[in-house]
Amino acid sequence: MTVAVRVIPCLDVDGGRVVKGVNFTDLRDAGDPVEMARLYDAEGADELTFLDITASSGDRETTYDIVRRTAEQVFIPLTVGGGVRSTDDVNRLLRAGADKVGINTAAVARPELVRECAHRFGNQCIVISIDARRCPDPTGPRFEVTTHGGRRGTGIDAVAWAAQVVELGSGEILLNSMDADGTRDGYDLEMISAVRAEVDVPVIASGGAGELGHFPPAVGAGADAVLAASVFHFGQLRIGEVKSALRAEGVPVR
Amino acid sequence: MSAGGGPRPRVLVLDYGSGNLRSAQRALARVGADVTVSDDLDAARDADGLVVPGVGAYAACMAGIDGLGAAPVVRARLAAGRPVLGICVGMQVLYERGDEHGVRTAGIGALPGEVRRLAAPILPHMGWNTVRPPAGSVLFAGLPADTRFYFVHSYAAKADPDAGDTIGEHGEPFAAAVERGALAATQFHPEKSGDAGAHLLTNWLATLA
Repeated sequence: MTVAVRVIPCLDVDGGRVVKGVNFTDLRDAGDPVEMARLYDAEGADELTFLDITASSGDRETTYDIVRRTAEQVFIPLTVGGGVRSTDDVNRLLRAGADKVGINTAAVARPELVRECAHRFGNQCIVISIDARRCPDPTGPRFEVTTHGGRRGTGIDAVAWAAQVVELGSGEILLNSMDADGTRDGYDLEMISAVRAEVDVPVIASGGAGELGHFPPAVGAGADAVLAASVFHFGQLRIGEVKSALRAEGVPVR
Repeated sequence: MSAGGGPRPRVLVLDYGSGNLRSAQRALARVGADVTVSDDLDAARDADGLVVPGVGAYAACMAGIDGLGAAPVVRARLAAGRPVLGICVGMQVLYERGDEHGVRTAGIGALPGEVRRLAAPILPHMGWNTVRPPAGSVLFAGLPADTRFYFVHSYAAKADPDAGDTIGEHGEPFAAAVERGALAATQFHPEKSGDAGAHLLTNWLATLA
């Protein structure tokens, strides 16, 4: 009995609509996150992640509605992140039907938020999302935490930060390589290994997946789950293909 | 999937302030139950089946259950042979006590033993794993041996194979499910385990009078 490596498609949602993405022939509306969630569920996704990139906080109601509708129709775990600033935000998402909530910038701004959320809701539903890059400053840490979608460096050592948020109560780390993100050149394996060596919670690898051969090395580097967005949206890879590629390398999958 | 042609079994999901109850409600409704989410103890006594959910900390869940005065209702139902299904921490609180960071909390005490932190290199045990049910299991009837269910937990009780417990493993063996008379419980989340979970919930509904 070994827990399976999870394959997680991520949907970028803006104002209740899926950002980019291909028009799958078997979908009425590929822009509807609920429809996309159902498709990924049917294809064997192990979890779903919604990244809410809605700029205006006035449109957040739409996000709660999407989460509610998804939870009513999809019976696999759902993580929602993006713009989460407070314990109240976490509470509203959990009550809408999210199983886990991702926190990023707000945790960097005020690390105690992690402890407060873990204490109130349990560490199993708090995912700390880390947008990290290889540090351009040779005197800085090897990997650096960034904010604002990778545009701003913080000087914070990403590996030390991962260890700190786990200490504060994060139940999982979503590790996104900002250098690899969007390149489709493969995951940053060294970054995964470095974080894996420092934390004892599950690590989700994110950023850089472009072909089937990219997934098994991420697991080899220590990832417990592999996340991808664009390769799934654009129909370049299907969930089942990724699982077959992992299985062929001896990785347990569902 | 549906529970059959008879009247829909009435299931109450106990609302004592624990997390996401919507998923359990929807998953049970999907397989044919008439589901209510409520903190009404009379309704909890009368329902054909009572579901005790639970996420987060053991002590927080027991505080919610004790605040409601629900523990005697659970024990009375079981004494009368009326079905109860515990899910995740809702399973753990059925044991005599929980031990988190050295803090011991008394549970409902319907099952003997203690819930402890798993000895595993990576916690929480998060994701889809297989389990080993006993021969003749009702909950797992009709499910292939390699079926995976969704787990999210760092604590668990020891399995008692002599009592017919279903065994899970993450770092060490633990009780993944128990079936003892009217008492059923799963450490995993059937409501989050896709079609496999729906199948198990259908099996449970079929046991309701």
